[in-house]
Amino acid sequence: MLQISTPVKKTLLILFLTIIATFISLPNQIPVNLKLGKIDIQKNIVRPDINFKIGKFEIKKSFNLILGLDLAGGSHLVFEADTSNIDPDDVGNALDSLRDVIERRVNLFGVSEPVVQTSSFNGKDRIIVELPGVKDTKEAVNTIGKTAQLLFAEVPQSTESASFKLTDLTGADLSKASVAFDQQKNGNPVIQLQFSEEGAEKFEKITSENIGNPLAIILDNEVISAPIVQEVISGGQAVISGDFTLDQAKQLSLQLNAGALPLSINLVEEKTVEAILGTESVNKSIKAGFIGLSMVLLFMILSYGWLGVIADLGLIIFGVITLSLYKLIPVVLTLPGIAGFLLSVGMAVDSNILIFERYKEEKLRRNTQDALEVSFGRAWDSIRDANIASLVTAFILANPFDWSFLHTSGPVRGFAVTLASGIGISLFTGIYVSRNLLRVFVKEKKK
Amino acid sequence: MIKWMKYRFVYLGISLFFLIVGAYGVIKWGLKLGVDFTGGAVVEYKFENSFSTEEINKKLSEKGFSVNSIQKAGIDNYLFKFPPLEREDKDKILLVLEEILSSDVEELRFENVGPSIGPELIKKTVVAMLLSTIVILLWVALQFKSFKFGASAILAMLHDSLILIGSFSILGHFFGAEVDFLFVTALLTTLSFSVHDTIVVYDRIREYQKKEGGDLKVLADRAISETMVRSLNNSFTILFMLIALILLGGSTVKWFSVALLIGTVAGTYSSPFVAVSLLVSFDELGRKLKGKKILFDFFKSRK
Repeated sequence: MLQISTPVKKTLLILFLTIIATFISLPNQIPVNLKLGKIDIQKNIVRPDINFKIGKFEIKKSFNLILGLDLAGGSHLVFEADTSNIDPDDVGNALDSLRDVIERRVNLFGVSEPVVQTSSFNGKDRIIVELPGVKDTKEAVNTIGKTAQLLFAEVPQSTESASFKLTDLTGADLSKASVAFDQQKNGNPVIQLQFSEEGAEKFEKITSENIGNPLAIILDNEVISAPIVQEVISGGQAVISGDFTLDQAKQLSLQLNAGALPLSINLVEEKTVEAILGTESVNKSIKAGFIGLSMVLLFMILSYGWLGVIADLGLIIFGVITLSLYKLIPVVLTLPGIAGFLLSVGMAVDSNILIFERYKEEKLRRNTQDALEVSFGRAWDSIRDANIASLVTAFILANPFDWSFLHTSGPVRGFAVTLASGIGISLFTGIYVSRNLLRVFVKEKKK
Repeated sequence: MIKWMKYRFVYLGISLFFLIVGAYGVIKWGLKLGVDFTGGAVVEYKFENSFSTEEINKKLSEKGFSVNSIQKAGIDNYLFKFPPLEREDKDKILLVLEEILSSDVEELRFENVGPSIGPELIKKTVVAMLLSTIVILLWVALQFKSFKFGASAILAMLHDSLILIGSFSILGHFFGAEVDFLFVTALLTTLSFSVHDTIVVYDRIREYQKKEGGDLKVLADRAISETMVRSLNNSFTILFMLIALILLGGSTVKWFSVALLIGTVAGTYSSPFVAVSLLVSFDELGRKLKGKKILFDFFKSRK
């Protein structure tokens, strides 16, 4: 009967894991250029994405690294909301609805994966907006910050001066705004309004009371038009005609649809990164990482000989697994995040160094295999205690529960997340992977 | 075996020297705060034509913009720093530059931070540091069943942070290193690295205490001797990574990597030489006090 010892089994499991992780880690397309004598292979190997159905479940995963704004390019905008006029108890609600409105406006851009989040600290309430790929922030800031407040006002004819009397009909009563073209006149673009049921009733009442009088339509404190009411309008439809260009009309209808901002906001921070700069940073980091890693690999072999080779193997497995996890979770990779990853490579070797140094001592007292087992056991205590202390700091930096008294900003968190996942995975590769690889290799050496 | 602890006052003296140098730097020059703290604008432009800084300064100030500094940040890349800008200023400045240089100017990066962000960043950093310190203190005290271990580890950690802050006041004065968001991250990472290293030495002491017992000073000497190679090797691997990042990683992460490097070196030094030195000193002090107390109690009972 064929008997496979546990370390061998575990090593096979590690091998299996590594193959899967490598598959996920590889870039989407790998160009292959091979020239061997007459054979000339030139093609792209394309990694297929997972896309299949099991019963009702559809599994779709494309395994692409998600790059942060500083690497992929884009804008990071921070707005401060003016909450001074609001009851402190309502600030939370007001901010949430502010975020919702901004989110709707941001979605108008058609940017992939925009981030809109609130952040409150010490009485300062902020909205953070991240727009990957958007470089022209002027348009973005305008669209986000526009109040787009729609009001209707009666213009009483009795008084001498043309004063307005605001009605209770506002943009909040709108159910939909759309662009249409004026059929009677020269086909100018106009904005067609559809009121909600309640709004329609209000509108009917206002028109019935104002037949023959103008009704002013005010958008953002500006009278857009003041048509004379000809008849009672029921059904809740109205048209705003003004001197709009088509683009203006579209923009306005978008803003009206998105709704008015419940709080006034003010831009306090803006960061824009051009995609080219990001690509440059990525390339530099990859180069730095590659050279740093080679030096670490070489150092381990020079210091620990064949033990170092095993540690290097563990380190490469560490790298591959980490990268595949970034893709699976997915972790948004930023520049500090890359630094965190590279730092965690340094820490990943540490478990191995601890064990090997211990092994050198223990070997003087026992045979190779026992010495290895003892070293792993003894080193575990310090590896555990030390890494938990590191994880505490990484946890506080990553702030997973969004505590407002801690950092909520992207770069600090990006660093902490990669550092923490690096420490976690290094515990696995440092102990489990290296240990089993060594068990297998030491045995074979004895035979 | 080397009697490391015999010279512990030398190590503490060396640390004190660096702390004083750092404190001198901080008092004399302060820290060079980046836009994250002070508010202001940083714009990275790319253009090929050469220019004179004076001319740009003059032309921009004619239009009402003051330039705080212009730095080279790559082959054709330049970092301009301004006080906080209004939205419209961004395009105006670009136009002025294009006029002066009579070429296309590409805006690669634009950061404009209002003055309200800085104080918040400082507060949050202090909270994060305090929180990490308390949790780590409790964790170490619990794991090693002694408050002395925890307190020494925390003091060593504080030592590393102070050294890092001091170094940056000096680097800031002479080389323009700025304290920004990333520096804060490096500072907090130094905390964790420092404790990481200290715990490894502590763990050896704990092991000998359990197995053999005896004088803490002797155990500490043994523990340091046996973890020294590991400490150095581990630091080397991290240093390789960081040096590669400093030299090749680009301008954005350069000072961040330098900060981590200083933190790593300080952390490696402080684990055996500050944390353990303090631990042994506290232990002796504690025993002396206890001895006196016993003597005192003895006399009291005689009365």
